Amino acid sequence: MDNVQLLISGLANGCVYGLIALGFVLIYKATEAVNFAQGDFMMLGAFVTIGLTNTEYMGLPFWMALPVSLGIMGALGYALDRLVIRRMFGESQTAVVILTIALGFVIRFVAGLIWGHEPQTLQNPLAGKEVRFGGLVLGMEDVAVIIVTILLTWALYVFFSRTKLGLAMQGASQNQLAAYYMGVPVKRVQGLIWALAGVVAGVAGILFAAKGSVDPNTGLLGIKAFAAAVIGGFGSLPGALAGGLIVGVIEPFASRYIAAGYSQIAPYALLLAVLIFRPHGLFSQVRVKKV
Amino acid sequence: MRIVFKTDYMQDIRPWKDGYQLSLYLILLAVVALAPWWLDDFYLGELTNVLIWAIAGLGLMILTGHTGQASLGHAAFLAFGCYANVILIEAGVPFLIVFPLAGILTGIIGALIAIPALRLHGIYLAIFTLALSILMDDIIVLTEPITGGVAGKYIGGVEIFGFLVDRWGTPRAFYWLVLAVTVLVTLGYINLLRAPLGRSFIAVRDSEVSAQAMGVDIARTKTISFGLSCAVTGWAGALMGLYAGAFNNETFSVVISIQLLMMIVIGGLGSIHGAFFGAIVIGFLPQFLSISKEYVGAVIGGNTVAIPGLEFGVFGLILIAFILFEPMGIYGRWLKIRTWFELFPFYRKDMFRRQKSYLKTERLR
Repeated sequence: MDNVQLLISGLANGCVYGLIALGFVLIYKATEAVNFAQGDFMMLGAFVTIGLTNTEYMGLPFWMALPVSLGIMGALGYALDRLVIRRMFGESQTAVVILTIALGFVIRFVAGLIWGHEPQTLQNPLAGKEVRFGGLVLGMEDVAVIIVTILLTWALYVFFSRTKLGLAMQGASQNQLAAYYMGVPVKRVQGLIWALAGVVAGVAGILFAAKGSVDPNTGLLGIKAFAAAVIGGFGSLPGALAGGLIVGVIEPFASRYIAAGYSQIAPYALLLAVLIFRPHGLFSQVRVKKV
Repeated sequence: MRIVFKTDYMQDIRPWKDGYQLSLYLILLAVVALAPWWLDDFYLGELTNVLIWAIAGLGLMILTGHTGQASLGHAAFLAFGCYANVILIEAGVPFLIVFPLAGILTGIIGALIAIPALRLHGIYLAIFTLALSILMDDIIVLTEPITGGVAGKYIGGVEIFGFLVDRWGTPRAFYWLVLAVTVLVTLGYINLLRAPLGRSFIAVRDSEVSAQAMGVDIARTKTISFGLSCAVTGWAGALMGLYAGAFNNETFSVVISIQLLMMIVIGGLGSIHGAFFGAIVIGFLPQFLSISKEYVGAVIGGNTVAIPGLEFGVFGLILIAFILFEPMGIYGRWLKIRTWFELFPFYRKDMFRRQKSYLKTERLR
């Protein structure tokens, strides 16, 4: 029973990693760029929601603040693309990586200026409630995290593989020039995907802030989510979620069953192993290597 | 406007363009070598720090700037060089043997790590090295009997031919030691770029396919590049350890790795000058910020409050500005200014225009 409890809490953590990883994969899938600031986006989403709902700030009702903060995050993502990322059109991937790392620094700094460096939690209606299921006692937040994540991943997956816009996004990434010829508005599609990534980061941030506390350095969690995305195979949405779950589940079990000191290595060791033996992730999308 | 006439084939591969350029660099060297007489001890220490960062930047520049392999994990090699240096000194080996050895050991480790990393490209390599850098922290804690773990290690001065070289006791001697290493590494780097090996690095950076077609062994080239890069970084790490005096597992965190990469981007990727320019920015930014904060505080009349994370915020903004407006970094800007003067009335705006390319995925055929 203990192990099941551990598993569930690991799954809930893994879902948050998975959601950040989803953000990475979304942007990677549609623009071939990697957004190293996704973790900081999540932190920002959490703080925006805290700023809207918590009584010491604006004190809006939770369910009203939710769409507003997601809207703000989407707008931020779009603005970021419009003002910064779009100028990088046609530059190398590495330049974009370095740019987003720098963006992460700036976001962390700005969040620290606005909301301070104290850890804060989101006041939400689910806090403190429990679900009893058989002999298990589960936090309501954990259950909510798992359900929301699964729904969101499924919705994004359908969006990418079934809708016209989703296919246009994939096309824009696979071959920009050809996509232009086919009438895909590549730049606008890229802006939309950044907005979508902003919204996903907002969801991740809200769930994370409801489960535990956030401070400006929470964004560094993004590195773990990064490991998750790579383990799952960059470019596959279900893969990202699976990778997140793997990392999330490994952590509590490792800290329980492996000697202290070795346990926090586990996710990174797994990451290195995956990179060495299956360089394109467990759910690889690479079919033929480009010359 | 200055025209260099080519009268000899040797001119093409000579390390300097003409006597004018050579004399400029010799004057610079003389000015820097005499720094202890025109700088007080505080700024001499800062200059030493800048030079150490420049060595580390040169190390990363070999790999990222000239071979095109982005590494987010060079702090791990800084740490390795630092610990190797101190542990061997503690074992009683003289410094003049230990110091080269520390770099060589780091280089060997780097080359070994390069073998699995060879299969990885671009972003995947960056993630691989990032994970390495995070793991290094834990490895240092786990190997506590050797490395001292969280408690860390201390190192006083070292002895060279009976002279004590210590960061605090004899800052001048330490400065000259660092300067000597910097000059040697830089000369080695210049020579490397003239040699077939350096040329093959650049070929691999520009296009792996065409490099292969020209007969460059890509795996071998990348491994050697990794090894050389890590060796130089190891030396920088050893000097950093001596400079800091005390260090533990958190001294060489992943943030240092990221800072190092950003430093050479700001300085200008793919140029030796870039490592130095970047190091100057990194080294003097904290001082500049604290001075300007005092100044602003005095003007506004408010008291100077500490703003946590200010340094990184400003650093990030500078970097974003450079990537957007001057992707070739400070050196690229300097090159443009110099060309403007050299060609005086004939400089054209598009002379440094970069080729942009449309994106294609690497995931599908």
